[in-house]
Amino acid sequence: MENILHVSSSPHFRCNNSTRRIMLDVIIALAPAAVMACVIFGMRSLMLIGVCIATCVLLEYVSRKIMKRDTTIGDLSAVVTGLLLALNLPVDINPLIAMFGCLIAIVVVKQMFGGIGMNFVNPALAARIVLLVSFPSAMMHWVSAAGAPQAAAIDATTSATPLAAEPGVYSYVDLLLGRCGGSIGEVCAAALILGGVFLVIRGVISPIIPCVYLGTAALMSLAVGLDPLYQLLSGGLMLGAIFMATDYTTSPVTKWGKVIFAIGCGVFTILLRAYSNMPEGVSFSILLMNILVPHIERLTTPRTLGWVKKAKGAKK
Amino acid sequence: MAELSFPGLPFRTKGGVHAPHNKNTAHKESVVMPVPAMVALPMTQHIGAPCKPVVKVGDIVDVGQVIAASDAFVSAPIHASVSGTVKKIDKITMPSGDKVDAVFIESDGEQRLSPDIKPPEVNSLSDLITAVRESGLVGLGGAGFPASVKLNIPSDKNVDTLIINVAECEPYITSDHREILENSWDVLSGIHIVKDLLGIHRVIVGIENNKPDAIKALKKIAYNEHDPKNEIRILPIRATYPQGAEKILIKACTGREVPVGGLPSDAGCLVMNVGSIAFIARYLKTGIPLVSRRLTVDGGCIANPMNVIVPIGTPIKDVIKFVGGYKEPPYKLIMGGPMMGIALPNDDMYILKQNNAILALSAKEAKFSEPTACIRCGKCLDACPMRLQPLELSNAADRRDLDALNAYNVMNCMECGCCSFTCPAKRHLVQNIRAGKALIQKAKREQITSKGGKK
Repeated sequence: MENILHVSSSPHFRCNNSTRRIMLDVIIALAPAAVMACVIFGMRSLMLIGVCIATCVLLEYVSRKIMKRDTTIGDLSAVVTGLLLALNLPVDINPLIAMFGCLIAIVVVKQMFGGIGMNFVNPALAARIVLLVSFPSAMMHWVSAAGAPQAAAIDATTSATPLAAEPGVYSYVDLLLGRCGGSIGEVCAAALILGGVFLVIRGVISPIIPCVYLGTAALMSLAVGLDPLYQLLSGGLMLGAIFMATDYTTSPVTKWGKVIFAIGCGVFTILLRAYSNMPEGVSFSILLMNILVPHIERLTTPRTLGWVKKAKGAKK
Repeated sequence: MAELSFPGLPFRTKGGVHAPHNKNTAHKESVVMPVPAMVALPMTQHIGAPCKPVVKVGDIVDVGQVIAASDAFVSAPIHASVSGTVKKIDKITMPSGDKVDAVFIESDGEQRLSPDIKPPEVNSLSDLITAVRESGLVGLGGAGFPASVKLNIPSDKNVDTLIINVAECEPYITSDHREILENSWDVLSGIHIVKDLLGIHRVIVGIENNKPDAIKALKKIAYNEHDPKNEIRILPIRATYPQGAEKILIKACTGREVPVGGLPSDAGCLVMNVGSIAFIARYLKTGIPLVSRRLTVDGGCIANPMNVIVPIGTPIKDVIKFVGGYKEPPYKLIMGGPMMGIALPNDDMYILKQNNAILALSAKEAKFSEPTACIRCGKCLDACPMRLQPLELSNAADRRDLDALNAYNVMNCMECGCCSFTCPAKRHLVQNIRAGKALIQKAKREQITSKGGKK
C-alpha cells in the first residue's frame, strides 16, 4: 500500500445522531402546537412564527459572522429558539416587539455567552420575560380563541386566560383543545402532550423532567387548594414542562439532578401562581432553576462503578 | 463461606451502546493460512517487561522454539512461529507508534516442530502457572496481559469465581465465537483444568445472547456427566457494547463491583478469555506453545471476510492477500475492534499474540466528523458503563484541570468509547479523557521523582 491511511484514536464507529437531527425532532414535536396555533388564532400566528424563525436565524448568522466564528445556523437550534419564542407570544403582538425578543434570545442570551450549549438560561424563556417586563400590556393582551366559551364567534375580543378567568368558565376539554385565551402555542395542551410523547419515543428527552415537573405541580396545587388538573392544563405549564424545562443546555445532565430540577420548577410554579401578581409562574420558576443547574449537578454526581465510601476518606 | 449461587439472569449493568454487530463471519469455518515467507516477532507482545532475543542472526530455529524471553515477573516468552533462519533483528514500528526490536525469521516452509516440545506435566497450581508461563500465553481477548500472572493470585485475595469471557462485544469480531463452535471440547477441558487447580467451585461463562449457536453448543457439553459437581453455568448476557469489558462482565455475572483502582481479584473473580482457556487445554495436551492464533479479517473493504488461523508475526499484508485482498482502498485499517482497536498507518505491520481482528473499514463505515459544540444533552452519561460524567471529564482535560479530573474519577474510565460513539455533537470525548488520564499519570510520576529527590 503506497499511501498512508487515515489514523485516529478509537472509537472508529460513531452513531448516526447529530445536533441537527435532535433539533429537527424538536421542531417536528412542536409542529402540532404550531398548527393548532394557526387553527385557533388564525393565519396571523403563522406570520408571527415565520417572523420569529427568520429573525432568529438571521441574527444567529450575523452575530457569528461579526464574532468571526463558524456559522452554526445549520444545526437548526436558532429555528427551535424562534419557534419556541413565537409560541410564547400573544397573537396580536406587534412583529417588531417579537423581533426585539429574538434579539434578546439569540444575541444577548445565546451568542454573547458563547453560542449553543453555553447559555445559562433558556433563550426563548429569557426573551419572553424581557418582553413581559418591557411591554406588559402588549404581552398580556389575550385575544380570544376561536370557539372559546365566552367570546361567541367574534374575533379579536380580549378574553382572560384560564388562570385569570372565573372558575367554571373553561372545561377540561376546552383547555385540552385550546379553546381559551393565551400565548399562541400554550393553549392546546393535547398538541403539546403529543409532541412530548414523540420526543420521549425518539429518545430526545428523558421523561423525568416533564413527569416530575407535572407531578410536583399537581401535588402542590392540592396543597395550596387549587384544582390540580386545571392547573396542569392551563397557562404555559405544558409548554414549559415539555419543551422549556427539558432544554439540554439549561437542565441538569444527571438523573437525580433532573429530578431535583423538576421538583423545584413544579414547586415554584404553583407558589407563584397562587401567591404572586405576575402571570408568569412557569417562566420565572424555570428561569430560577436554570440558574441553579451547576449547583444541582455538583450535588448529584453519580456514583461511579466500584466506588466505595471508605476509599473517599482514605484518599482525601 | 456462604454457598455460592448461580444467577439465573445476568445482573443489571448500566450504560453501554447499541453499536451495529456486523458479525458477518460468525457462520464461516476458520481457514488455516499457509505459512508466510517471513514473520517478524516483536519483543513486546504483552503488557509488562519486553523480552530479550535469545537467538542470533543466522540461527536455524524450529516451530515452538523460544526465541526471546525475560526474567521479569510480568512478561511472557516468545516462540518461533515458523521453522527457518533468523534473518535479522531489527527495530519495527508497533501499532502504538513505539519502535521495538523484532526477530525476523525467514520460513523454510517445513514447519518442523522443535524437538523440545512435549506436553508439560501439571499436577498442581504452581505447575500450571509455570507451564502457562512457558507457553507464552497472553490474554487473547485483546489486552495481552500475561496469563501466568493472572493465574498467580495473591494469597490474600479470595477468588471464588471463574468467569469465562465470551461476550465478544466489539462489532465484526467473531474469533471467540468460532473458537467455541470449532473447539468446544478444548474450552470445556480448559475450564476444568483451571477451576480444579485453583480450587474454584463456580464457573460462569458470560456469553452475549447474539450467539445462540455457541450457547447451545456449550450447554450441550457442559451440562451433563462432564460436569459431575455441577459447577459450570452458561450465562447469556445482554448483547450491548461493552459487556465484555472485565469490570462490566463481572458485574453482569456476579453482581459484584470491582473497587475503583482495584483488580478483578478484589471482587473475588478471575476473568479469562475463552481463547486463552482453550489454548491452555491444548497446550497441556500437545505442548505446542502460542505460535498461531485465530483472528477475524473483516470490514467493508475486505473482499472475502473470514476467520483465519495464522502464525504469530505474519505480515498483515499477507493475511489480507490471503483473504482476497482489498475490495476497495481502505479508509482505515484497524488492529482490534472498531470501538477500541488501534488505527494503523499502513498494512506494513505484523500480527501480534493479542491481536483478535484486522478490519479494513471504508469511509462510510468509519465516519469521521468534525466536533461541534457540546449541547449538554447528557447522552454520554447515559452511555457510560462506569457511570462517569464524560462531558465534565473531557472539559476538565481540555482545561488541564487535574483536581477536577480526580474529582470526577478519571482513572476509573476504561476508554471503551461509548461516550464518543453516542455523542450527537461528535465530540472527541474519550480521546480527551485519555489525554486527561495521561496528565494524571504524568503528575503522579513527577510527584514520585520529586519526593525521591528530596530524600
